[in-house]
Formats: sequence, C-alpha cells, structure tokens
Amino acid sequence: MDILQYVIDLVAILLLALGIKGLSKVRSARGANQLAAVAMALAVIGLLVNYLGTSGISASAWTWIIGGTVVGGALGAITAQRVPMTSMPETVALFNGCGGMSSLLVALAAAFYPTELDASGLVAVVSIVISVFVGSITFTGSIVAMAKLQGWLSTPAWMQSKARHFVNIALAVACLVAAIELVVNGGSSLQGLWLLVIASSVLGIGVTLPIGGADMPVVISLLNSYSGVAAAAAGFVVGSQLLIVAGAMVGAAGLILTQVMCNGMNRSLVSVLFGGALGASASSGGGGGEYTNITSCSVEECALTLEAAERVVIVPGYGLAVAQAQHTLREVTRSLEAAGIEVAYAIHPVAGRMPGHMNVLLAEADVPYEQLKEMDVINPEFPATDVVLVLGANDVVNPQAKNDPQSPLYGMPVLDVQQARTVFVVKRGMSAGYSGIKNDLFELANTSMVFGDAKKVLGDLLGELKELGVGKK
Amino acid sequence: MDSIFVNALWVLLLGSLLGLELIGKVPPTLHTPLMSGANAISGITVLAALTAIIKSNGSTPLLVLGSVSLGFALFNVIGGFLVTDRMLAMFSRKPARKENR
Repeated sequence: MDILQYVIDLVAILLLALGIKGLSKVRSARGANQLAAVAMALAVIGLLVNYLGTSGISASAWTWIIGGTVVGGALGAITAQRVPMTSMPETVALFNGCGGMSSLLVALAAAFYPTELDASGLVAVVSIVISVFVGSITFTGSIVAMAKLQGWLSTPAWMQSKARHFVNIALAVACLVAAIELVVNGGSSLQGLWLLVIASSVLGIGVTLPIGGADMPVVISLLNSYSGVAAAAAGFVVGSQLLIVAGAMVGAAGLILTQVMCNGMNRSLVSVLFGGALGASASSGGGGGEYTNITSCSVEECALTLEAAERVVIVPGYGLAVAQAQHTLREVTRSLEAAGIEVAYAIHPVAGRMPGHMNVLLAEADVPYEQLKEMDVINPEFPATDVVLVLGANDVVNPQAKNDPQSPLYGMPVLDVQQARTVFVVKRGMSAGYSGIKNDLFELANTSMVFGDAKKVLGDLLGELKELGVGKK
Repeated sequence: MDSIFVNALWVLLLGSLLGLELIGKVPPTLHTPLMSGANAISGITVLAALTAIIKSNGSTPLLVLGSVSLGFALFNVIGGFLVTDRMLAMFSRKPARKENR
C-alpha cells in the first residue's frame, strides 16, 4: 500500500467519523450524511486508484464492476425515491439486509477462492466464519423484520411457545459445529461452509420471527449493528483496515442506539430478543379485562371543546401515520393557531414505529420543529392544558404504566395526558394497542372516545371548525 | 501471530471505541435518520466486493460473486444515503424557508 492510499483512507475514516458525529445533531445532520457519502466515494476511488497503480484492473473486472454498480445503485436510488415516509422502518431493514448479504457473498468468495483473495490461514478462516454467520443472520433477520412490518408475515403459533428456544439452540449448535469443522479443515470443508450458511440463515429467521411488531425497530437497530460487525469481519477477510474501522464504528454506534431505543420503551434487550411478543404474556398477567364506563362523543362536541380551549396538545401515534392523516392534522392545527389557540405536539420517544419516525412524518406535513415537544418537556405542562387530542396512540398514554405495578407496562415512560382538563382519544375501535393491554385512560371521567379512522375524523373536525368560524379573521 | 493481524485488532478496538463515543447524546428525533445513515455506512463492504472482483484473476464465478456482492452493497449504500437525505431534508426545510424571506 503506498502513501497515497494511506492518506485517502485516513481522510475517508475521518470524514466517516465526522459524519456519524454530525448525524446526532439536528442542525448538522443533513450535511453530515452528505459528508459520509463523500467519504464513501473517496474510499472507493482510493481503492481503485491503488489497484490501478499496482496490479492494474483487467477489462473483464471493469465490466463486472460497472455492471454491479449500475444495477445495485439504480435499484437503490429508485427504492429510496419511491418509498413512502411511513414505510421507513421496513426500508432501512431492507437496505440493511442487503448489506449483510454483501458481506456474506464476499466471505463465500474468499472461502471458494482462497488463493486469489489471499484468504488462507487461521485468521482468514475465522474471519470468513464470522462474516458468513453474522452476514446470514443479518440478511434473513432483516428480511423477516421487513416482511413482518409490511404485514406479509405473521408469527406462526408454535413460534410463540417455548419450543422455539430449543429449535434456535439446535440451530446455534449446528452453526458452532460447522464453524469448528471449517476452522479445523482450514476453510476447505465445503459441507461445513454450506451447513454454516443454512443454519445461520434459518437461525436469523428463527430469532426474528417471534418478535412482536412493537419491538421490531429495536431488532432492526440491532441487525444494523450486526451488519457493521459483518463488514468488519469482511475487512479482516480481504485485509482492509478502512473496512474494519468503518464496520466497527457502525457496530458500536448501532449497539448504543439499540440500547437507547430499549430504554425509551422500557424493554431490556434480553426480553426483546427472547421474551417473544408482549401480548402473549399480557393475557395471563394483570391489566387485561373488558372496558366499562366508556364515554364516546361526536366530532361536533370535540370541535366545540377545541374552540373554547386556550391550549391544545396533540399526541400523535402510529395510527395517525397509518391513516396518512398528518397533513389533515396540520390543517386542523393551522386553523386552531389562527384562532389564537396554543398548539403543541407531545412526541413520545417511541411514537410512530421507530424513535424519531413521528418527527419525520410531522416534518413532512410542515409542522414547525419548535412545536414538537419531547416527553420530559411536555409532561409537566399537561395540568395547564385544556384539551389533549390523542390520535392513534395507545400504550404511550396508558396511566397503568405509572399506577399499576401488576401491569406489564409498569415502569414504561408515558405521557401524563390524563392530567389535562379534557382528553379526546381518536381511535378506530376498542381494540388494544401493540402490547395488547387494556388502557385505563379510556375509562377516566375526563376522557371521551371519538371513534373513526384518524384521517376521516380529522377531516370532519376541520369541517366542524370551519362551520364554527374557528380560525377565520 | 503476525503483526498485520495484531494491527488489524488494534484498528478494530479503536474503531469500536470511536463508535461508542461518537453518539453519546442523540435527540430522539434523529434516531431513525441516524440508524439509516449508519446503515448506509455499513455498506462499506463495497470495498471488499471491489477487491474480490479486481483480484479475480479472470475467474468467472469469482467475478460473478463479487459483482452480485457489489450490487447488494451499493443498493445498501446509495439507497441508504438517499433515503437518509430525504428524511433530513424535511427537518431543514422550515428554517431554510425562513431565511429566504
């Protein structure tokens, strides 16, 4: 490696680190993302220049490089442009799975062609084993996560039972056996390699499939961390320090992010991974039961109450995103603001389906950034709030999390909406939220249910407000 | 143990520590974009795929494997960066408009 390559690699690493750093601040985030993209391009150019200067790049190699670049790049660009903002979690899962697949294929290439890729010796074989194992799990796990979020897949009943642990342990043992076989034979055992590929792929499915939809973002974040590990292992395989650094950075940063997400949902990583769907335990534990004493009201009553309010807080949840109602919501809040009513949005750390997902959706609808208040900021303000409008959120406003030590939700940080004077909950029906737990909020005296699809209710509400002359000068 | 491997282990260790330090405090707003951006960076396996192709020495199966791997990695990289940019563009849209006034 000559000095030019060293310099280019160092600059690329520096820019990647600055990119990740900048992505954690709102003001610098967009530039940081572009910086990371530039760093990536620089790393690729550096690698090509280095090979051009030393061994040269053959014409057939160029053909296959250009072919892979055009197909992969074009598909990536089209996917990125086309997907709706509500499907962001699935999209990240898909991209992530493909990153894992890439590491898997490189490791396979090194296992099949150790002489060409200088991948012989203990270090290379162990790196290949790690790369194949983590790459396969990342790929199948991410695809399952995507399919579950899209609703293409549901969890088969036996996967909810304890039996799945034995299946997964058996698969893990198979992976271990295959890994040992490979290492002992210096990477030349083809049946060991295929056993490893198949067992770890199925293991990826086995551990992801039983996990409930609510926990899926955590899983995606964890798989994202894995794909970093797979990339670092691939770096050991081909002997690229840049790959090792970048992979390790993503792996470590992904782990932190996963932990942050778990904290927001009051779930430990262990219970996410091995506990299965929360709903399964909820039916046996406390907190279940039928609703009594529900007050429902019409959109008209809701509009009248809003008209008389001075301060309104909106609590948006995933239901709002599903109904694609964020734009209608923005129109409603515009007319309230025009009438001099103070409007704020209470954003639970895990509102939407991924932390920060709701912020993206509301930003898409032009909601001013300053009106989005985080939970710790908005909670003390609820007693001074006239009306709270809960739109498609459920578990994040369940007072059980604070009052009922028997509840599976107990200890989860929630929004204290019940402290407001009036609470309207817009909901399609009385079905439970992700957790499958009854929400005590719905039975409180100051809570009224407005039944209907969030978009339709907000549309009607807008009409009622116009009729009342709210927001007209 | 050869020194290249030991060097690589150091690189791994320092890279991991850097990753742990880089994102200490992240506002929840940015969790999704950060995850998406980090995910794009994990597509850095393009380098490994390129290496496999360049070192293929004319072996067609290796060229194909490398090329498919490159395609998957670039799907991850290009799609990841673009989709992150799309998300972040929504945050910066408002202030930008104010400045224009």
